[in-house]
Amino acid sequence: MSRWKLRAVQALLLAAIFVAWQVLTQPGLVPPLVWDNPDRAAFFFGEPVRMFQVIWAWFSDGSIYKHLWVTLEETVLAFVIGSVLGLAMGLWLGLSSTASALLDPYITALNAMPRVVLAPIFMVWFGLGIWSKVALGVTLVFFIVFFNVYQGVKEVSPVVLNNTVMLGANRRQQLRHVYLPSATSWVFSSLHTSVGMAFVGAVVGEYLGSASGVGYLIQQAEGAFDINTVFAGILVLTAFALVLDFAVTRAERRLLLWRPGQSETEQL
Amino acid sequence: MPAAVSFESITCTFAGRGPAAAYTAVRDVTLAIGEGEFVSVVGPTGCGKSTLLNVAAGLLRPSSGTLRVLGEPLAGINRRAGYMFQSEALMPWRSALANVTAGLEFAGVERGEARQRAGDWLARVGLAGFGDRYPHQLSGGMRKRVSLAQMLILDPPVLLMDEPFSALDIQTRQLMENELLELWSANRKSVIFITHDLEEAISLSDRVVVLSAGPAAHPIGDFPIDLPRPRDVAEIRLTPRFIALHDRIWHSMKEEVLKGYQQTRNRVAAAQ
Repeated sequence: MSRWKLRAVQALLLAAIFVAWQVLTQPGLVPPLVWDNPDRAAFFFGEPVRMFQVIWAWFSDGSIYKHLWVTLEETVLAFVIGSVLGLAMGLWLGLSSTASALLDPYITALNAMPRVVLAPIFMVWFGLGIWSKVALGVTLVFFIVFFNVYQGVKEVSPVVLNNTVMLGANRRQQLRHVYLPSATSWVFSSLHTSVGMAFVGAVVGEYLGSASGVGYLIQQAEGAFDINTVFAGILVLTAFALVLDFAVTRAERRLLLWRPGQSETEQL
Repeated sequence: MPAAVSFESITCTFAGRGPAAAYTAVRDVTLAIGEGEFVSVVGPTGCGKSTLLNVAAGLLRPSSGTLRVLGEPLAGINRRAGYMFQSEALMPWRSALANVTAGLEFAGVERGEARQRAGDWLARVGLAGFGDRYPHQLSGGMRKRVSLAQMLILDPPVLLMDEPFSALDIQTRQLMENELLELWSANRKSVIFITHDLEEAISLSDRVVVLSAGPAAHPIGDFPIDLPRPRDVAEIRLTPRFIALHDRIWHSMKEEVLKGYQQTRNRVAAAQ
């Protein structure tokens, strides 16, 4: 299938899903199959037309931008802080066998712990503002980056290291010119996962208690049993995540220029 | 005049699990490489050739014996030596040019000057215009040229080369050998060239040293190569003098190669 045809079929499929959804939930359109009450399906599953009305209203009066901005801010902060901490810890434990032997069980335990339960604690520590969400995102991002960097440091080619030694690099220069680039390449290879996790941390944090953000909108609507607004929020979040993922792919392509891609390895 | 590099009864024993598992790679090796001399070390596979080179580089401390560089006993890394590794040693995240500047950068040379000198060196190894390519975008032969430039830009008086061209196809290899000889003859450095290819050793060197099969390898033959220079490595292989030398050295090696082969076979048999 050609590229455009594929895209067209994908769009058609999406449209078909929404049409089927609308047909099955609009009160009185088809005879009720499961429930006696004709309004029940719309109550549980919402109606796509109304969802799009909500989304349209959000964007036309501009009220959604404030919330999107807050969610984006939390995601970016969680990603940056989590990555820097993970990078630093990964480098440290990767290079010091004493530290890694000492801290290994703690790292494993912390990683095994379901971190979402920390959200209420962060709420108490950092308040209802963005920082409690950032903190939750950081705990999620940190471990992904940490394990990747740790692995990256362990797998630095000994030949490349010896080569830099013979070229006169001291320990600090090795850290700067061999371990760090090698580790950052591992950070970038986990970019999609860690940005996704930062996003999850932000939204879940908002959902559990906040005054703004898309997660907050969803939580508010849910409290009023307004299922259409809940789905509208979910759709906006999904679209937002897709845009984020697209941006990450672009960034990755620029930053990992030196890496041989599966398809674009060009031999001269 | 002191030798550029001299091994004085060097022994390297690697500790294994338990005293019985200790492995002596080289035993009691005494060998001197004169200044400006091109010496090849040949021997059967697994005979500890690379071990000797790592000792000369200071990457490996010998269990006993002394290594002298220009008369001084070596402690730590050999700062007078450049090392060309058998496997890929370029930093994959640096472009060809940035790989060549690395040594100058580590030494604190100003960036602009480093880049200019690196550009000159890339041109000398025939890679002008390829400076912004990353290692994975270069062919095997080109990567070896970058490695060569990376080593030579620091102008080390001693070159240590560990089967640098073994991964290349025969044509590229002869091309690289000729280029190496040309660069070397411009300002004669002392070279220790490790190879298992006797023809390569003879065509490049002033002297060929034959190592016995491991464990406890030691030199069993030392042959001066009196072929005239400048040489073309492809053509010189056809001269009668080359064939005579090859014959003589091969005879002294044959027994060791067979011994090494037998040991490998026994090891394989024992493992099964």
